Amino acid sequence: MKSLEELKAIRESMQAQMGLRKEDSNQTRIVVGMATCGIASGARPVLMALSDAVQEKGLKNVMVTQTGCIGLCKYEPIVEVIEPGKEKVTYVKMTPEKALEVLEKHIIGGQIVKKYTISEMMK
Amino acid sequence: MLPELSLNVLDIVNNSIRAGADLVIIEVRIHKNDDVLVIKITDNGRGIPEDQLSKVVDPFFTTRNTRKVGLGIPFLKQAAEISGGNFKIESIPGKKTIVYASFGLTHIDRMPLGDICSTVYTLLLANQNIDFLYIYEVDGKEFQLDTRKLREILGDIPFDEPEVAGFIRDYLNENHREVDGGLSF
Repeated sequence: MKSLEELKAIRESMQAQMGLRKEDSNQTRIVVGMATCGIASGARPVLMALSDAVQEKGLKNVMVTQTGCIGLCKYEPIVEVIEPGKEKVTYVKMTPEKALEVLEKHIIGGQIVKKYTISEMMK
Repeated sequence: MLPELSLNVLDIVNNSIRAGADLVIIEVRIHKNDDVLVIKITDNGRGIPEDQLSKVVDPFFTTRNTRKVGLGIPFLKQAAEISGGNFKIESIPGKKTIVYASFGLTHIDRMPLGDICSTVYTLLLANQNIDFLYIYEVDGKEFQLDTRKLREILGDIPFDEPEVAGFIRDYLNENHREVDGGLSF
């Protein structure tokens, strides 16, 4: 069995590093809807893809988290991007691929991916 | 219906989170001799008032105001019952809620357990303010993942630091294989 000993070694090597992720007001939050409606439409792989990519790209001020149902079940999986000081952007009918595109273009590039937003979908 | 029992687990645990729980215990136990797979989720959230407890299995009952149906518990109950198993929910308001579902392990209509490691991993990383105890057992052999123990070691290092997240994922996958010998249920 894999034991927790290995984690101690990881902690020791990490404490030597600077710049650990901290929860603060400058943090961007990516929130994935994870109620029955979200889960049934494939929210788990969307959250996994976002979480993996944020780790891989070393985005220290981005946090991936989950929420319940926001009442737009037919548009699930839904991903909300909440950047400090900006209006929340709601992306709908997400897939892991679309979510990674949002991460690349919006979170990293600063450009909202209009075609996937709720306002575009409802037009 | 959800296509994997691991998705039902993800769903039911979200009820616990919404109920303000800060400790959720997820047990998945497989006993081949008794031909049974048991899922039990215990949380220390605010609980369900007695007058609502019998209603939660009704798909047209929900406490949300975002929509008029609540399918999470009915889905799990149905998945258990069509496989010859049982469903039970108990709650002590202000203290805890226990959701219990058993399934006929080899029943043709039992949904596969699916990717339970991803469910646990997702829950841990996306809800770092909550503690989880995950127990996976096959015929008396089991392993546990207790986030309280992880925190004891990690201090304030978050779970979504890549090295830590990678460890958690490997820990889940490897110990799962150790317990079930790589069989998928």
